[in-house]
Amino acid sequence: MSNASLSALAAQLAGRQISSRELAQLYLDRITTLNPAINAFITVDAEKTLLEAAAADSRIAAGNAGPLTGVPIAHKDIFCTDGWLTTCGSKMLHNFVAPYDAHVIQRFKAAGMPSLGKTNMDEFAMGSSNETSHYGAVKNPWNTAYVPGGSSGGAAASIAARMAPAATGTDTGGSIRQPAALCGITGLKPTYGLVSRYGMIAFASSLDQAGPMAPAAEDCALLLNVMTGFDPNDSTSLEREKEDYTRDLNRPLTGLRVGLPREFFAEGLNNEVAAAVEAAVTELKKLGATTVDISLANSQLAIPVYYVLAPAEASSNLSRFDGVRYGYRAPEYTSLDDMYCKTRAQGFGAEVKRRIMIGAYVLSHGYYDAYYLQAQKIRRLIADDFNAAFKVCDVILGPTAPGTAFKLGEKSDDPVEMYLNDLYTIPANLAGLPGMSLPCGFDTKGLPIGLQLVGNYFSEAKMLNVAHQYQRVTDWHARQPEGLK
Amino acid sequence: MSLSTDDVKRIARLARIEIDDVQAQATQAQLNSIFELIATMQAVDTTGISPMAHAQEVYQRLREDAVTETDHHAAFQAIAPAVENDLYLVPKVIE
Repeated sequence: MSNASLSALAAQLAGRQISSRELAQLYLDRITTLNPAINAFITVDAEKTLLEAAAADSRIAAGNAGPLTGVPIAHKDIFCTDGWLTTCGSKMLHNFVAPYDAHVIQRFKAAGMPSLGKTNMDEFAMGSSNETSHYGAVKNPWNTAYVPGGSSGGAAASIAARMAPAATGTDTGGSIRQPAALCGITGLKPTYGLVSRYGMIAFASSLDQAGPMAPAAEDCALLLNVMTGFDPNDSTSLEREKEDYTRDLNRPLTGLRVGLPREFFAEGLNNEVAAAVEAAVTELKKLGATTVDISLANSQLAIPVYYVLAPAEASSNLSRFDGVRYGYRAPEYTSLDDMYCKTRAQGFGAEVKRRIMIGAYVLSHGYYDAYYLQAQKIRRLIADDFNAAFKVCDVILGPTAPGTAFKLGEKSDDPVEMYLNDLYTIPANLAGLPGMSLPCGFDTKGLPIGLQLVGNYFSEAKMLNVAHQYQRVTDWHARQPEGLK
Repeated sequence: MSLSTDDVKRIARLARIEIDDVQAQATQAQLNSIFELIATMQAVDTTGISPMAHAQEVYQRLREDAVTETDHHAAFQAIAPAVENDLYLVPKVIE
């Protein structure tokens, strides 16, 4: 049951073979058993979950059910959830019970999907290993000595261990795709502006985007149908016709042009990852696709550009955490200024403080042009490379991360080494393009390997089509860690 | 370019983050390695390139100037560290 797809679960609910309460209880039981070793959840509240499930059962009984009514979902602890502790992985929000629902949460509630709890994450979504969480590192379900990736590491691990059939994540520089790759699941970052950021605790507002995480592409398509849509409460939300992201899942791939950026297969890529990605290309060719050699020359600069722009936006966004209106306040201080400085020194972890300081510096007088403006100009060059590439291909394919999961603690003392993990994922955020990761194999250590697809603006349905067709002929996405079945 | 410990303290001050000498030294080394990485973008000629602030070329929407929100102050202040008479309390700033 815990390996069933969302559409299979929905069919069983609709056919009254199982109730939403029973289904929620099944996952809550798995959380009770497995979470102590994985630490994927920060907050679980069985009573609230079962109440929401009972409400879903009433809807089903009354004939008011939507496609996913009664199917439970786990939410990243970055989404404000009315009445639930919402920590964003930080001590700063250790006592923050959100007074309202994020737009994404409103949508899943309206769809009748009970929440299984709030998943662990890197503090304020800043990290690629989930080790910066104030609530402890998440362990990779494939091998608990390894990281699950980040920042949506709790979400990815909860799905890999089948503690949840679906989860929400957010992706600023790869935070959905990289943990999806490292945990062997499927995750999609939509085109910037498709999913409302209202109530999603801001890291870098021009890059942050929420998206679905689940075992398979078909599940992600159903979740995307729930999540997307215009929201007047987000000034960057796009006013577009509502799409059905499942509409192209079953289209054949005949004639599909897959762009292979040579920079994504260059030095620095692990051999086993390269071999698995190349094998996936061979599969797609068998399904009728052709390949095109492309270049994303400026993507080499994505990391330096990102580590100017994201911290700059973060230093502004995180100025709201000052100990006045909510969250942590230092117990002792001598003045208002001292209260701010002590609250922020004690409430933020080391990585968050580093990024706030980088941001404060690059925005400060005398440095703005050399750093911030230069980074914004190169951002344009990176986006232009993609625009040129999409003239000759329909979808871009490469590895999601340069390697598979690394050991806990292996990179946590070296920020730069950690940042290099997001080499292939950051360019899509800078350009605002949709990207997804899907499982395409395992290395000799038994750790999952992720394949990345980047599509043109608003081409989610096509990317999901490619991923679904690949998943029809492979079973990497259906595999589960031994011992956790 | 290389940041000194004093630079680090000045930046921490700008960011309103208390930092002691030991922390400033550790942070200095890390920030310098990050800025070394960032410096690679300085070599790029960006003459004539317009900065890209946002992924979508969209403009701020305007709406009717009307009250749309209801009063939530009780709920919002219930989670504040210190409140009195519907006001957020902070240390005295005016003598």
